[in-house]
Amino acid sequence: MAGTAVPGRLAWQLASVAAKRQETPRVISLRLESDAWAGHLPGQHVDVRLTAEDGYQAQRSYSISSAPEPGVLELTVEDIPDGEVSPYLTEVLQPADRLELRGPIGGYFTWTAADGGPLLLVAGGSGVAPLMSMLRERAAAGSDVPTTLLYSSRSWDEIIYREELERLAADPTLRIVHTLTRSHPADWAGYTRRIDAAMLAEVAGALLPGSLAYVCGPTRLVEQVATDLVTRGYPPAAIKTERFGPTGG
Amino acid sequence: MAEHERDTRLDGNAAAGLLSTVFRCEPSEVMLICAGCGADGPMGALLAYGMEMGAVLRCPVCDTAVLRAGSAGAMLWLDVRGAVSMRVTIEH
Ligand SMILES: Cc1cc2nc3c(=O)[nH]c(=O)nc-3n(C[C@H](O)[C@H](O)[C@H](O)COP(=O)(O)OP(=O)(O)OC[C@H]3O[C@@H](n4cnc5c(N)ncnc54)[C@H](O)[C@@H]3O)c2cc1C
Ligand SMILES: [Zn+2]
Repeated sequence: MAGTAVPGRLAWQLASVAAKRQETPRVISLRLESDAWAGHLPGQHVDVRLTAEDGYQAQRSYSISSAPEPGVLELTVEDIPDGEVSPYLTEVLQPADRLELRGPIGGYFTWTAADGGPLLLVAGGSGVAPLMSMLRERAAAGSDVPTTLLYSSRSWDEIIYREELERLAADPTLRIVHTLTRSHPADWAGYTRRIDAAMLAEVAGALLPGSLAYVCGPTRLVEQVATDLVTRGYPPAAIKTERFGPTGG
Repeated sequence: MAEHERDTRLDGNAAAGLLSTVFRCEPSEVMLICAGCGADGPMGALLAYGMEMGAVLRCPVCDTAVLRAGSAGAMLWLDVRGAVSMRVTIEH
């Protein structure tokens, strides 16, 4: 739980790759297993550490995309060409390999069904990963908190978790709105531009008491959306952000 | 601020793994008062810069460097002069 002190909780540990799934042409999900893993809160991340033969180490953060579950966690990683860490995770790492990580980390960008809503989730690219953990948790808990996901992807084929999101959207209290920024199918009737203030006004609707917003993705997108939400009257404390850096367009 | 810095900055939350070496509780929930402007908020809501070499956590209101953390070899150091105080909630 938030703020709980568990000594040694964040020691580096080895998890083994149980499965690897291709989500889109540039994105994979890794299912990792570790007996020492006690579960997580939706929205939390892990730090992943790679060590080269000469001892050189590189470390990056990855959000947990699965619903909380002891012994198991899933990460969803976008391949950044020429990146130091992500190409290793997407191309080199295979089932049965082991990966060093520490976590779960973060008590700030988290949501559980008990936190309520209405909930506005805004994602750019791989920024959907921690929000997917929230949506999976919401479904598993049978929560009917009114929830909207506004999700920006480059194209139809690059929508991560597309089929699972379609299934989840059968829930009448969950609305999923996509925008496709680079290309779109000929019969696409949805948004075709980057998320802007006008789109947020249309999608987010009226601000209600208890409204919570979680915004995740490339730093630029996150900052623009957070600014627009403040302009729309969201109290700054009701807007949680997770900047991924330049990645995730 | 350089454009590169603006595009690469992160939330203080991203430095929580590094800071967990020092804090026994979840670092992103530690409440800090900024020495520059008096703003009060959780570490997770500060802005994190330069994660590669450690991190500088700046106030989102006035840009004061509230916390700096870096690791050198087996040593992790923390420069806290940008914080008036830190407080945590004790759970019973
Ligand atoms: C809290 C947190 C959670 C995160 N969660 C996830 C997650 O769930 N999934 C995920 O995929 N990533 C996530 N990230 C981003 C991740 O940590 C890495 O930054 C990312 O994988 C790139 O690392 P790399 O080592 O491959 O690239 P690097 O070696 O760090 O970068 C290589 C170069 O490419 C540049 N670059 C980076 N992205 C792009 C781009 N899109 N286009 C052009 N140039 C680019 C960089 O500026 C750099 O110059 C998260 C980041 C944070 C802080
Ligand atoms: Zn300040």
